[in-house]
Formats: sequence, C-alpha cells, structure tokens
Amino acid sequence: MIEVKSITFAYAGKALLFGGFDWTIERGDAWAVIGPSGCGKTTLLYLLAGLRRPAAGAVTINGQIVRQPRPSTGLILQDYGLLPWATAMENAVLGLRIRGIASQKRNEAAQRWLARMDLAHVANQYPSQMSGGQRQRVAIARTLAIDPDVLLMDEPFSSLDALTREGLQDLIVDLGVEGTVTTVLVTHNIEEAVFLGRKILILPSPPISSAQVVDNPGAGELDYRGQPAFHEKCNQVRQWVEELRNGSAK
Amino acid sequence: MAQRNRLSIILALLAILFVWQVTATLAGIAALPGPGAVASAFVQGLSRDLATHLAISSYRVVLSILLSVALAAPIGLALGQGKRLDRFIAPIIYLTYPVPKIVLLPIILIFLGIGEVSKVFIISIILFFQVLVVVRDASNGVRPELIHSVRSLGAGKVHLFRYVYLPACLPAILTSLRVSTGTAIAVLFFAESFATNSGLGYYIIVEGWGRMAYADMYAGVVAMSLLGLAIYYALDLTEKKLCAWIQAGQ
Repeated sequence: MIEVKSITFAYAGKALLFGGFDWTIERGDAWAVIGPSGCGKTTLLYLLAGLRRPAAGAVTINGQIVRQPRPSTGLILQDYGLLPWATAMENAVLGLRIRGIASQKRNEAAQRWLARMDLAHVANQYPSQMSGGQRQRVAIARTLAIDPDVLLMDEPFSSLDALTREGLQDLIVDLGVEGTVTTVLVTHNIEEAVFLGRKILILPSPPISSAQVVDNPGAGELDYRGQPAFHEKCNQVRQWVEELRNGSAK
Repeated sequence: MAQRNRLSIILALLAILFVWQVTATLAGIAALPGPGAVASAFVQGLSRDLATHLAISSYRVVLSILLSVALAAPIGLALGQGKRLDRFIAPIIYLTYPVPKIVLLPIILIFLGIGEVSKVFIISIILFFQVLVVVRDASNGVRPELIHSVRSLGAGKVHLFRYVYLPACLPAILTSLRVSTGTAIAVLFFAESFATNSGLGYYIIVEGWGRMAYADMYAGVVAMSLLGLAIYYALDLTEKKLCAWIQAGQ
C-alpha cells in the first residue's frame, strides 16, 4: 500500500505545489493522474519514486518511508530514459546489473522480457536505430525485468503516434491483468487515463491540498475503448477537469 | 565507405608526394631533398637511432595524454555535476584557460628541470585544460531525465558514473584529444628542441638541421608526422570501439 501523508512540496524559489496533500493507493490498484499543465503531476510521481523528498509529511510504501528510489519501484518516463550508448539488451539488463544479479540470470530475464515485448530482433540495436514505440517497449522491458511491485509511468506514450500508443496501452492492461503490480500513470490524455486507470486522480491547480477521485471500474479491459461506458466516463472526467480548471481560474 | 576513405587518403598522399617531388626538382637545392632521398634517410635512420628517438617521443606524448585524461576527466565530471564547486572553480578556469601554456615552459624548466618531467608536464597541462573544459560541459549536459531514470533503477553515484557520466563524456574526451593532438606534438617538438639529447625534436634540430643533414632532418619531420597520425588513428579506433552507438545513429 502507498500512502501520501500530508505532504508539502515546493521547488526552491518557486510557489507551493502541494500543501498538506493526502492520498492512499491500495496494493494492485491501477491509478491514472490527470490535471492541468504545471499542476505537479510529474512531481507527485517523483515523490512516489523517491527522486524528490517532501518538505513536510511523508510518502510510505508498505509502511516504509520513501527517502530514495526503492529497488522494487519501476519508473517509465516520457522520453524513455534509455542509455543512448547501450543496446536494447544492455539497457534491459541495466537494473539487474545495478542490483548485482549474476550475468546469466540477468541476461535470461532481459531476453525473456525483450521477447515478450516483441523486441528480440532489435536486442543488439541502439536506441537511435529503433522507433519510438520500440524504445518505449525497451524501457518497459527494463523496468519489468526488475520485477517491480510498483510501476510509475510519466506520460509514457505521449510522444508516440496513435496506433503505437494504443498498442502500448493494451500491453499495460495485459500486464495489469497478469500481475499484482500497483500502477500509477501520469497523463494529460483523458482517454488514456480512462482506459488505464481504475481510479482517476484529478489534480487541481496548485497549491494542492486535496484532489478529485473518480472510480472507473471498467478500466483494465481490452475492449473498454469500444464501449459506450468508456465515452461516458471520458466526458464525465473532461467535465470535472474543466470545472476544476474554471474553479481555480475564478 | 571505408574502402573509399582509404582510396582518398592514398590519392591525397600521392598528390602531396608528387607536388613535393616537382618542387624539389625545380628548386634543386640541398635544403629541399625529394621524397625518395627522405624515404631512404628515414629507413637508414630507423636502423641507426631514429627509432629510439621516435620511441622516446611517443612515450612522452602518450604518457602526457594518459596523465591529462586521468586527471582532467574526474575533475571535469565533478565540476559538471557539482554546481557549487563549478561556481567556485569556473572563474579560475576562465582566467587560466586562455593563457598559452607554452610560455610557461621556462618557468617549468626552472622548477622541474630539463629532464622528462618538465616535457611531460608541459604537454599534460595543455591537454588537461582542453579535456577538463569539454568533460565538464558534457557532464553538465546530461539530461536530468536520464539520471532520474537510471537512479530509479537503484543506481548510486558509482553506477551513475559508470553507466551515465563516463559514456556520456567519452566522445567529448576523444574529440578534445583529437583536436589537441596537433598542439601536443608541436609542444613536444619545442620542448625537445633544446637542452636535451633525445626525442624527435632533438633529432630534427640537432642531428638534422644543426649538421645540415637535410634528408635526416626531413626524415625526423616525417617521423613526427607519423607519430601524430598514429595517435589520431588510435583515437579514431578507440572511438569506433567504445562509442559504436554514435556510428550506429548516423
């Protein structure tokens, strides 16, 4: 379970982003976080990842305060975060290498995930030789190879074309069905949030002390996109986002 | 492509030799022997003492390159990552970088004597600043997202150095060395041309020019050019081997 307990955060010399913000994520939940640009979505993800620390309050995962990146939290970023000087295979084993896993074991794990992501044929290619979708799948393989219990994603598909984006969204749904990984997806795309988030957190403009939570039980099904309930939920979320934006503008 | 490159180099070499031969024939003076006479002096010189002088000069310049990289790369990395340290050190670099280090030679000779140390020191100090500045800038230019992404895999400072900063700076280090190889050889020539009895500078000035043995003098110049060329190619090969990702992306 992830608990965000009354956190306060501001970047040096900048306005307050979070002021006494609370949030609870149950184990195995699939959350999507949405909100206006600059509202602190990415910062919230970095706080969960242990890459930033709150000035007050705490983030805990399974009761442990997150002070630095946890070995079993995976992070996938918009720009893939791949090492340009490493091949797909070298990138995929990076997390395991850092953990000191034996060469044979880590290679097997990385190969398994690359094959699962349909990337076996580009294992020896560098990121510059791959398409955006392939790069993002390598980033996902690298993260899943470390067998995370928490998967954090920061607008992971925003720079991809529509078809590739939908393919990778389906992949994330597949992974959610198979495992007990807790996922938090930050996105500015309402359709993506509704497709992937069984719960949606709508952040208002900062300073944030509370946020709207939308239940979305239909998410997590591959055919959800084609159902009327999906479009209704998208409209509902869009309306709430606009209300929050207008509310904060007033 | 490589074959075409080799062919262009051979053609360029033939063109230089042709112009040299024509000029030497037209001039008809002892101070400008043709390439045949110089080649003969070069081969005969190698069987006498030219090989030893070439080996000594190579030792001095290679040792200087290794020393300068070993000192400048870690300091450059530290400055690139430590904004506070860089703020303190940057003005010192700013003031000392443009000083032509060769003018310090008399001072260096006074303090370090006329032996090996002073020669290696003057070349090292010139290369040191070149490498320091590019490594600092390259290290500073590493995208924060890449660092976040690798940190999220559990990387500590040593891992970041090994997997991010060092490979990120390697092309810049090799480029700076390639750019400064010419300067290093020129300084080597200058430092070896007086108060010494070894090295190609000594061979050219004392054994060639001083004795009016012009073919030997040119043989020394050829040896020094070959030394520069060999270092240049060695750096090229190192880049191809260690920075294969750059070629792959082109």
